[in-house]
Amino acid sequence: MKADLPIDPQEDVLAKAQAQAKAENKSLGQTIWHEIKHDKIALISLIILTAILLAAFISPFFLNQAESGRVNFGQIYKPPSAEFWLGTDRGGRDIFTQLMIGARNSITIGVAVTVIAGFLGLMIGLISGYFGGKVDFVIMRSIDFLMVLPTLMLIIVFVTIVPKFTVWSFIGIMSILLWFGKARLIRSRALAERELDYVNASKTLGTPHWKIMLFEVFPNLSSLVIVNMTLALAGNIGLETGLTFLGFGLPESTPSLGTLINYASHPDVMENKWWVWLPASLLILVVMLCINYVGQAIKRASDARQRLA
Amino acid sequence: MLTFTLRRILVMIPQLLLLSIIIFLLAKAMPGDALTGAFQGNPDANAQHIEEIREKMGLNDPWYQQYGRWVTNFVQGDMGMSYVHKQKVTSLLAGRLGNTVILSLATMITIYLLSIPLGIIAGRWHNSWADKLIVTYNYVALATPVFVFALILLFVFGFYLSWFPISGSVDIRAGDGWEHFVSKAKHLVLPTLSGAIIGTVGTIQYLRNDIIDTKLKDFVKTARAKGVPEGRVYTRHILRNSLLPIAAFMGYEITLLITGSVFIESIYSYPGLGQLFIQSIQTRDFTVVSALVMISGTAVIVGTMLSDIILSIVDPRIRID
Repeated sequence: MKADLPIDPQEDVLAKAQAQAKAENKSLGQTIWHEIKHDKIALISLIILTAILLAAFISPFFLNQAESGRVNFGQIYKPPSAEFWLGTDRGGRDIFTQLMIGARNSITIGVAVTVIAGFLGLMIGLISGYFGGKVDFVIMRSIDFLMVLPTLMLIIVFVTIVPKFTVWSFIGIMSILLWFGKARLIRSRALAERELDYVNASKTLGTPHWKIMLFEVFPNLSSLVIVNMTLALAGNIGLETGLTFLGFGLPESTPSLGTLINYASHPDVMENKWWVWLPASLLILVVMLCINYVGQAIKRASDARQRLA
Repeated sequence: MLTFTLRRILVMIPQLLLLSIIIFLLAKAMPGDALTGAFQGNPDANAQHIEEIREKMGLNDPWYQQYGRWVTNFVQGDMGMSYVHKQKVTSLLAGRLGNTVILSLATMITIYLLSIPLGIIAGRWHNSWADKLIVTYNYVALATPVFVFALILLFVFGFYLSWFPISGSVDIRAGDGWEHFVSKAKHLVLPTLSGAIIGTVGTIQYLRNDIIDTKLKDFVKTARAKGVPEGRVYTRHILRNSLLPIAAFMGYEITLLITGSVFIESIYSYPGLGQLFIQSIQTRDFTVVSALVMISGTAVIVGTMLSDIILSIVDPRIRID
């Protein structure tokens, strides 16, 4: 019946106000984008990062991996040229191809570890904070202990004693030793959420605990999780390449950026064949810097007091 | 105060116990045992004979009995024999410990020499160009992985410019006394800077934020209103509050440095505990590996406890009774 009537001017004003309120009440994604657009360095970082990602994930389709992986003793340690953009290594293999494949592997593994460790931390932190009491006490005392373990050394020990070492076991080992801090962070926020009325209301209505945790408490912590995971991603890429550099990371069959840098442990390569290891080092540096800048912008976006935009 | 200290020490005991169990089980999972080194390459050793000795040494006992013996020996300073070096782990470690302690101390001092003035400048003149510069430096330092930074320093100052030696802790041709000292100091420069320049992040960030917060507090306003000169407001009122926690965390950070120099020591072939750890893992010398992991874990547990206690002395709000 109302549809037949001409539009009520008052209603029109109301609709406009609602639209305006909706526009101001931006989603997290919009806020982040707004913040990044406002911060020039973060915007440049995002562009560089996208370019590197595209190059690393698309170029392996165009580069002939079988061709470039073959050992060719006629072309050992060739400096950069038109044919080999970044020269060749001790087996005459093209460095640029290895750099792109290495970047792809390092980033993929960094993301995998961040997601798995983030998921573990989130689940354990949510359970600890949501239930509180004895559950919280036991989990928190365990985390207190786990936090003091020498993580780097334990990762190296696990890597050496695992019987069949693959990329997956490497991702597993890293994830299992890297969730403690995240769980503690999530728990402290979940502990505050559980006191709020919406949680009590859901409990009274008989909503199961797992539903409250995942569909009601978790969305309220999502910005915290996103910020933490972005910053952790940079650290995890650094840790993976570092371990591979020492020889305790990815297996030989999966080259990483660390594999290329590892060539620098030979003094002659270090001093005279800089094109082998320096590009990979600089690429790691750039990737980590860009992720950090974008992460800082996301962090500011998630906290209204810090926003620049 | 006393109860807090006692409680904090009591918490440490189960932590140490758990740590030792984990490491013992890991050591069991590692290939080889106490006899592997002793009979390696010995043609006279036959399987039955080895089996008898194993029985006699208790290597066939249940794990908890073996664990009990291992812990008792460990506490008494007997960490077993190294398979590769054929010498006691304790004496192997003793030779390396000094180098690592020197490197960690040098790194620590450099970190504080850099970060305290920079943190104070950034906090006092916050939003100035100097502050922006320091914050940018902090971002870059946070993002730089230590091994990449160490390699680039080594390449530029060790190889390209040849200002500093590229590996080791002392030149073997260096004589005694002064010459020895100078050689050691030169070998320390690059490893120290590699750790220190990017290790300042936490302290600078903490100091800057704390000074910015404290600047606006009432007691500082009171001091200014009384007519205290600006310089003294900082030295006497603000820094007194902001520097205390940094002093308290020093104990904790130095233990981290002792355990965390794995990358720097292997890049500069610096003969310390970190390099020994990597070498031992590569040569499958697992008695040394488990001793090193145990020592690092213990150092972190004790370091955390010490800084908790120091912090509770300087800041009574932290005490939880």
